Amino acid sequence: MTTFTSPTNTGRRRPFSRPFNWRRAIALALLTLAIAVSILPFYWVLRTALSSNGSLAANSANLLPADFNLGAFKRVFGLQTAAEAIAEGGSGASINFWQYLWNSLLFAGITTASAVFFSSMAAYAFSRLRWKGRDAVFSLFLATMLVPPIFTALPNFLLVKNLGLLNSMLGLVLPYLFMTPFAIFFMRQFFLNMSREVEEAAMLDGAEHWRIFFQIIMPNAAAPIATLALLTFMGQWNEYFWPLLVGTSEESRVLTVGLGVFKSQSPQGAPDWSGLMAATLVSATPVLILFAIFGKRIVNSIGFNGTK
Amino acid sequence: MTTLTKQPDPGLSAKAPRKREKPSDGVRGFGDLKVALFFIAPAMIGLILFYLVPTIRGIYLSFTEYSILGDPEWIGTRNYERIAKDPLFWNALSVTAEYVVINIVLQTALALGLAILMHRVAKSTIIRGALLMPYLMANVIAALLWFWMLDYQIGIINQIIEWTGLPRVAFFGSEQWAIPTQALINTWRHMGYTALLIFAGLQAIPNSVYEAASIDGSKALTTFWRITLPLLRPVLVLVLVVTVIGSFQVFDSVAVTTAGGPVNATRVLQFYIYQRAFNEQDFGYGSALAVILFLILAIVAFIQMKFLRGNQSDLD
Repeated sequence: MTTFTSPTNTGRRRPFSRPFNWRRAIALALLTLAIAVSILPFYWVLRTALSSNGSLAANSANLLPADFNLGAFKRVFGLQTAAEAIAEGGSGASINFWQYLWNSLLFAGITTASAVFFSSMAAYAFSRLRWKGRDAVFSLFLATMLVPPIFTALPNFLLVKNLGLLNSMLGLVLPYLFMTPFAIFFMRQFFLNMSREVEEAAMLDGAEHWRIFFQIIMPNAAAPIATLALLTFMGQWNEYFWPLLVGTSEESRVLTVGLGVFKSQSPQGAPDWSGLMAATLVSATPVLILFAIFGKRIVNSIGFNGTK
Repeated sequence: MTTLTKQPDPGLSAKAPRKREKPSDGVRGFGDLKVALFFIAPAMIGLILFYLVPTIRGIYLSFTEYSILGDPEWIGTRNYERIAKDPLFWNALSVTAEYVVINIVLQTALALGLAILMHRVAKSTIIRGALLMPYLMANVIAALLWFWMLDYQIGIINQIIEWTGLPRVAFFGSEQWAIPTQALINTWRHMGYTALLIFAGLQAIPNSVYEAASIDGSKALTTFWRITLPLLRPVLVLVLVVTVIGSFQVFDSVAVTTAGGPVNATRVLQFYIYQRAFNEQDFGYGSALAVILFLILAIVAFIQMKFLRGNQSDLD
């Protein structure tokens, strides 16, 4: 057991003395098990969604789809008549995931674009500008992270209701449009570490702050902005509580809420499992696609906290 | 941008108070206040309209009787007095506490184990990505997925349980299992994420510390208890705070699966608040419950940061 690491070994030295092979094997086996537990349920959802309810019950432990059948997806997208749906174990109630998909895209897209932009602006003021009371105001923003969402959700619901915006996209996005405390914190952390040189050169050239912000700061912050936008988008895509309160009509329902409704309409006693899993898969797909493309960026953003 | 910068060499200026003496724009003492106001204006509007005002309004409503129709009527502390005698509130508090405790223990232990495994045998992004997958799913999705897999009749898990010769478990249908099941779902969703947080903390511990320990002849287990765990403290505290605060607010998975049942087994705090405020239109009472949830979370966060010194690292 040598005490120095070779230069080619980029990993850190193991905290324990070099494990025997069997120890390593056990470690790998446990890790594999954890990965299996994390991933296999997704396969089971797919497998169920591709089966019909009738054969699911008969072949509940079959590892492949019990029979290859797209009926569940048709049901989810409202392509089956009520009679067909009921015959296949569905509820027959009208349900249209295209609409919910679109609403979720709008909800997550609008709030992400707006909140990330305005939060970056605020973060600029909290990091690159000097003004009296800056740190106190920043602390106030940070403190709002401690407020549980349900606490503000009740009064916010009343506000949106009084504005007559219940069941509208505007009402859905309104509380998220201006900032999220996390986004401000995240961008500030990055701006603080940016070099001042170019910026100060521009200042001497007489550039205004808004030009510095748009032409120097923002382009240089493209990478963290992309990461932040991804995290925010996925968070908003998964949001359930607020849309449940505000977007209850068919026209304003987002996917998570639609899923809940689909589940509650499912026949009692013999739930429409394949329809439910098809709906679940449809809801999960956009995030899975984002993850497939930007997986590395997302994974590497975990563990980010101000203390480094 | 190519004009001469009058900046001194960065090395020289490192300690110079140049930050203080930036060319002031004639607003001495306030610096860039005017510009700053422009930049924080949108965020400030959001903060005031959707955080500060609602916070005050929420506290105000908790002292009123309000059913959305009509105006709130001031009733002093009567809501809080009712809460103190409300068996459903105490039930909600106790089932939520049970949920939180199972989550803390299970999630932290599993995540710590996983993080150490990753640190020792595999650091690839793909493995970390695979473990992170559940976390990217909505609570609603995680809940429905397990609602299906744990189904009493034809869920695959109950099939497996039966093959091993044990009796089937009514995961969602029995009062005894409902909360542990909800906690398991949450643990499944958060385990990988928490492991990655701890993994990042492990990566930050310098080799020299371990080398010193191994030169001193420290055994693997001793090293873990005496060195790794103490140095991980800030990360572990962060994980604890996030886990506790997050799980106190459990709602989504309960709402789409058991909806508070069977009987009151999963009527957790936030679900109870939701029912009082939105199903029974009792906004005053719901607000008072929300204030109590807020207080609990604030106290928990305070205790954890204060006594576990989560914001200080022992590495410096």
